[in-house]
Amino acid sequence: MDDLLTYDAVLARFDPVLGLEVHVELNTASKMFCGCDNTPGGEPNTTTCPVCLGLPGSLPVVNAHAVESAIRIGLALNCQVAPWCRFARKNYFYPDMTKDFQTSQYDEPICFDGWVDVEVEGETFRIEIERVHMEEDAGKLSHVGGGTGRIVGAEYSLVDYNRAGTPLMEIVTRPVRGLGAKAPAVGRAYMAMLRDLMRALGVSDARMEAGNMRCDANVSLMPTGTAELGTRTETKNVNSLRSVEAALTYEMRRQGAILAEGGRVVQETRHWHEDGEYTSPGRNKEQAEDYRYFPEPDLVPIAPDPAWVEELRASLPELPARRRARLQEAWGFSDLEMRDVLGNEGSLDLIEATVAAGAPPAAARKWWLGELARRANEAGVELGAVGVTPEQVAQVQGLVDAGTVNDKLARSVFDGVLAGEGSPEEVVASRGLAVVSDDGALGEAVDAAIAANPDVADKIRAGKVQAAGALIGAVMKQMKGKADAARVRELLLERLS
Amino acid sequence: MALTTADVARLAELARIALTPEELERLAPQLDVILDAVASVSEVATADTEPMSHALPLTNVFRDDVVTPSLPAAAVLAGAPSVEDGRFRVPRILGEGA
Ligand SMILES: [Zn+2]
Repeated sequence: MDDLLTYDAVLARFDPVLGLEVHVELNTASKMFCGCDNTPGGEPNTTTCPVCLGLPGSLPVVNAHAVESAIRIGLALNCQVAPWCRFARKNYFYPDMTKDFQTSQYDEPICFDGWVDVEVEGETFRIEIERVHMEEDAGKLSHVGGGTGRIVGAEYSLVDYNRAGTPLMEIVTRPVRGLGAKAPAVGRAYMAMLRDLMRALGVSDARMEAGNMRCDANVSLMPTGTAELGTRTETKNVNSLRSVEAALTYEMRRQGAILAEGGRVVQETRHWHEDGEYTSPGRNKEQAEDYRYFPEPDLVPIAPDPAWVEELRASLPELPARRRARLQEAWGFSDLEMRDVLGNEGSLDLIEATVAAGAPPAAARKWWLGELARRANEAGVELGAVGVTPEQVAQVQGLVDAGTVNDKLARSVFDGVLAGEGSPEEVVASRGLAVVSDDGALGEAVDAAIAANPDVADKIRAGKVQAAGALIGAVMKQMKGKADAARVRELLLERLS
Repeated sequence: MALTTADVARLAELARIALTPEELERLAPQLDVILDAVASVSEVATADTEPMSHALPLTNVFRDDVVTPSLPAAAVLAGAPSVEDGRFRVPRILGEGA
């Protein structure tokens, strides 16, 4: 295993510099240069044609929708849109591409020079975007033999070209400095922001776990007080927001240990291991990359009509940062409350949907960030996958507001909903969870509690009203928590005044 | 410009073509002649000639985002030297030393 410096020791001596390259799969109907279906996950090799298989004599034609998506992404990231640009061939030999080249963009990206702000714990960081370019994805390899399913030790590999030629956007940042201890968190926040942005634009499903969004995380360390950039490493296979943060932290600590010993960081591609939470060197030989880029002769240049670009700019949807500000105001959340919401993956959408289903914003926030966040955490799933829908949460809150259940019983209602026992109302009925506010039943329990605790009753009679809590507790216990506590208090005081 | 055998060896490596030292010696001067012939184009091109990558003055040739039928998987795989499980079977990618 690698030597690691403690995180604090790294920061005491070095400033991290980040660079993030993010690939986003577009959700167009068809592929980038041919009409094959772009829906992922079909039977192997069922969505291919002469173009995406690179058969001789085939001619690619650019998908207009993909160009539109690329421009919209660029505009949302405050980029310039190139008045004229071309595709290029990136030559390489690997069985994931039959053509022996990937159609990409080289020195003429469609969008460039942008920026975006991300927020971490109330602090705003500006990330400069170097470029957004269009390219095609490659086929999928599965490695057979060797036991681990990995390329090392494999006897042979199997290739499915369904993904070959599907539209892919690459979004590249300029080096980001001055982040200090928050560098890994900023990397994560940037990915989360991009994901939300892609969804708001509707250009990608942007699910990292499904590979719709993939991050190559570059980091280097600069000795504090100097301006000399350190040697960077590029970590691949970072497939979740949490992993972005963890992989960057790991690389900072690993590089820190090397530099602290007077060693040199090797510029290389590294591979993130989700299970063991470490990086290892990629097996690419150190041979410098030589892709022999040249302009793609089969595709004519793209020159976006400025009027079209302005039309796309004007029709951009509400972007995440603006939406957050609007919702915070509408819901009346404090900055701190909003920070909690944003710090809880997915909770903003869930709260919004719960409010739309009729719940008060504060109650929606309470359930999602409290009870349901706890359950998601225990189950090790994302909040949205906890098994309760926003509509159900609104229904439970409706039952609370109507006095049918109290907060404690509401938790049992969630138990029932999660166990598949039906809607919240059905669970209340089948589990008998409704609060008892019927004076007859409550009165009996109150009388019993007074009889069982004569000392306490005397105190209350003598004017010590705060002692009522003990008797209310006794009643609640007897009623298995299903009593209307406010009514119990009233009945007690009536009898003891 | 003189193309060296080292240049040709590098190109051969990038193109995954195995060449013997004798072949490199023989091919380097031949490729050099071809490059010279092509280079004469630059004598014709004057300073006011824009470099071009395409023969036609076209831009923005797009197609609508519409799905068209793909090839049947059986037809796609028919030409493959080896097939397994509906996929192309390719030899070991990394050598023993990897
Ligand atoms: Zn195709």
